[in-house]
Amino acid sequence: MANAHAHEPGLLRRYVFSTDHKTIAKQYLFTGIFMGIVGGLLAYVIRVHLATNGQPVPGFGAVGPQQYNSVVTMHGTIMIFWVAMPILLAALGNFLIPLMIGARDMAFPRLNMLSYWIFFLSTVILLVSFFVPGGAAAGGWTSYPPLAVSPQYSGETWGVALWLLAVALEFAAFLMGGINFITTAINLRAPGMRLFDMPLMVWMQLSASVIFLFSVGPLIAGAILLLLDRVVGTGFYDPARGGDPVLFQHLFWFFGHPEVYVILLPGLGAIAEILPVFARKPIFGYRMIVYATLITGVLSFLVWAHHQFVAGIDPRLATPFSVTTILISVPIAVMLFAFIATLYQGSISLETPMLWALGMLVVFLLGGVTGIHLGSAASDIYLHDTYFVVAHFHYTLIPPVVFSFFAAFYYWYPKMFGRRLNEVLGHLHFWPTLVFFNLTFLPMFVLGFAGHHRRIANPQFFEALRDPTLVRMQWLATVGAVGMLVAQIPFLVNLVWSAWRGAPAGENPWRANTLEWTTPSPPPHGNFAGPPVVYRGPYEYSVPGRSEDWWPQTLAPERGAGA
Amino acid sequence: MSSWLPEAASSYAGDLDRLLTLITIIVGVWFLLAEAVLIGFVVRYRRRPGRRAAYLPATSLRSMSFVLAPCALILGFDLVIDALSAPVWEKVKLELPPHDELVRIQGEAWQWRITYPGADGRLDTADDVQTLNELHVPLEKTILFELTARDVLHSLWIPELRLKQDAVPGRSIRGWFRATREGEYAVVCAEICGIAHTFMAGKLRVESEAEYRQWLQSRAPASAPAQG
Amino acid sequence: MESSRAPASASGFREATEVPTGRLGLWWFLASETVIFGGLITSYVLLRWRHPEWSSEASHTLNAAGGFNTLVLLSSSLTVVLAHEAVAHGDLPRAARHLGVTLLGGLVFLCVKAFEYSHEIAEGFTPLTSLFWSYYYGMTGLHALHVIGGMIAIAAVALGVRRGRDAQRVEYVGLYWHFVDVVWIFLFPLLYLAS
Repeated sequence: MANAHAHEPGLLRRYVFSTDHKTIAKQYLFTGIFMGIVGGLLAYVIRVHLATNGQPVPGFGAVGPQQYNSVVTMHGTIMIFWVAMPILLAALGNFLIPLMIGARDMAFPRLNMLSYWIFFLSTVILLVSFFVPGGAAAGGWTSYPPLAVSPQYSGETWGVALWLLAVALEFAAFLMGGINFITTAINLRAPGMRLFDMPLMVWMQLSASVIFLFSVGPLIAGAILLLLDRVVGTGFYDPARGGDPVLFQHLFWFFGHPEVYVILLPGLGAIAEILPVFARKPIFGYRMIVYATLITGVLSFLVWAHHQFVAGIDPRLATPFSVTTILISVPIAVMLFAFIATLYQGSISLETPMLWALGMLVVFLLGGVTGIHLGSAASDIYLHDTYFVVAHFHYTLIPPVVFSFFAAFYYWYPKMFGRRLNEVLGHLHFWPTLVFFNLTFLPMFVLGFAGHHRRIANPQFFEALRDPTLVRMQWLATVGAVGMLVAQIPFLVNLVWSAWRGAPAGENPWRANTLEWTTPSPPPHGNFAGPPVVYRGPYEYSVPGRSEDWWPQTLAPERGAGA
Repeated sequence: MSSWLPEAASSYAGDLDRLLTLITIIVGVWFLLAEAVLIGFVVRYRRRPGRRAAYLPATSLRSMSFVLAPCALILGFDLVIDALSAPVWEKVKLELPPHDELVRIQGEAWQWRITYPGADGRLDTADDVQTLNELHVPLEKTILFELTARDVLHSLWIPELRLKQDAVPGRSIRGWFRATREGEYAVVCAEICGIAHTFMAGKLRVESEAEYRQWLQSRAPASAPAQG
Repeated sequence: MESSRAPASASGFREATEVPTGRLGLWWFLASETVIFGGLITSYVLLRWRHPEWSSEASHTLNAAGGFNTLVLLSSSLTVVLAHEAVAHGDLPRAARHLGVTLLGGLVFLCVKAFEYSHEIAEGFTPLTSLFWSYYYGMTGLHALHVIGGMIAIAAVALGVRRGRDAQRVEYVGLYWHFVDVVWIFLFPLLYLAS
């Protein structure tokens, strides 16, 4: 069953320099979770600093204005590039794609290993940038020039150059990963697995990888130019020398907007896998969801300037971009409504993975609808660069990065590590996170409507922001943020508990149809003894006429029995 | 929700506020509906012994229409919202009505440099009036501003006027407003511009024509003739 | 939803499409590189359009050298095709020789480029002289880095082929080399031929 080795590879080969996609997935997972803790602590610093109007933050100290800018910049940078992408794409994609399509490993296992180590290097460089003279980059995660190349105003010395280097390496790592994912999903499917028999998670990872691959190029170009401006002194973005700061914005957001779908789609993929299993029903409209995903991917390339409505672009561009932006809400709505319809007449049981999946939908709906306020150029005049935007993107990004991630983690943990997690601790993790998350970010809509602008270290410097209601909103947000952090403790306890006392997972604790559940938990090197044969789609649950309410993809049809 | 917005003090603030309210209502209704259905389904279809889930893969167009129909409705609402917001954008950002007063506003790290053209009505002449962080305008007059930045990106943001425009070095971006309420309003920077971005603040004073002229006169350079 | 799904070959894992996995991966890699250079070239074109005076700056590039280099790259693309053809005929030593000639082409390209850079700098045109020159050095520099990378890959494959293995990689490295050639075919008129 397991590949017999003449001699077992050493510890280093097996756990550190491994080419096995499952090990690489775990490496990305642990690095991503570690960076999530770093990013979360940065959020703690921001929130406590703001709520106490500049009092020293326990465990960190007083936060000066440049430092505040730096903390905000690195919080965003880390969460998007060093948490969201590694845990949703690299970890889940690496672990699941070969297993779900019946392959032994990724198409290019050594390239896969290389991608992790380049990612690891990028992580080190980014963390080092906190400790260099001048501190880490402080111009926002968007790093617009001229500020990004103006140390006399931003205060940094090495921070931006290291930031650019780290981001460039991270991009290289994910490009390698993306090529691997795409090639694997297209070419390494088991016999009988047509494209429309692939689990939606695989479709989502494939789409996300294609979107990333096509969108990141212009930003790589833009980042090279920015690095040259910063380090060599060229003037690509210097109007005095014929350059244009707004050019960087276009190059950035041409990537930046598709990037949010790169993050969202794997999150939706996890939901698409979990809902059918815990409602014992097929996903509603599999093909419809696939087409909606592809349309979203294409549209995502046509909306970028909605981040720049008031940036100085030709105002005639605003209405076309408003139209494309509002259109993208339609395929997303199709997917969300399809997920909701999956619950209709289901047989729903609320284990922890299902709680997180449903929580994701509940929360993401608010993020989605508030995108309309921002996508229409006229209303964006008021709301741009206010806390309304901060609330909106946390209501759209935290659902995939936190809720979907935990849904996926609790769901596939038994397969990954061979043990069960504790259900009670799972509930203790979910409910407070949900409540405190809303407590953190709902007040920010109020702040945004009040005109509270972004990225300012001292709101109470402004008379309008000393209004007692707004001060209270900042307090509530901080209580929420601290609560969210504390709410993660049951999760950490659960990991320890499971390692010590978790029941063995067995092959298929959830009675799910997809291929990964036909392997041992955890699967051995090589996953399958021989290529599995696939006979049906992934979501055949509660099929009429069958005694079991599930029907694995690889179960051969009974001879003579009905379809 | 409109009570969360600061008082409206410009001629186009009302248009923007109405748009914001309308969008909030439309998306609010859809949001509540979707949540109600979602949560309703979870409650209604909890696992019960003896009841099996239905097999509804929705492979036919007819079954998919349960999702596609509401989405078509959403598309309709989307287009309505765009149709209603386009004229507002045009009014604020595309049109430049004939102006009564001209002013140049330059964002600098970390202050606003305001320049009035003086009696000759032309900027960059000897009788220009320059202030730091203090913008005065007469009530109910159309003000044309030329916005620029000296060093890095800034953003002119006056919440009560519902006015926001990024200031870009190397560009002079024109915009307009007409203040409709006397008072003093904060002029803040809505684009991160460095260490003291958090302290970058000016003030807008909307006053009577007479008070405005008097103020300008008091700030005129010594050599300039009396303001008209 | 049911149909008979006899596996194409019962023996082992195989490719689900007709395209070899290596070639598929390489095409996606080239797609990503296309968007990188595409972003850079588009930025240059937009800015050049706004700055017609750059034509006079562009006139200081050495058109003869650029033209010669274009021929060199095109010829080396031909030799890499010949190498692939040799592989198809099973003649690995000949393939390795053609790869060697391709490498030589790359080397000539880099030498000419080095000559151009030193001449231009001697004339006073550095990357900081003006935005046109910043783009010129930036784009040709990035391209040259890709030429070097390609040469390393070709050398590695040539060594392998001489030992009689990795013959399928000749095609992949050839495709990459064509890509490097195509990028140059865009850069040459945009940077050299003042318009």
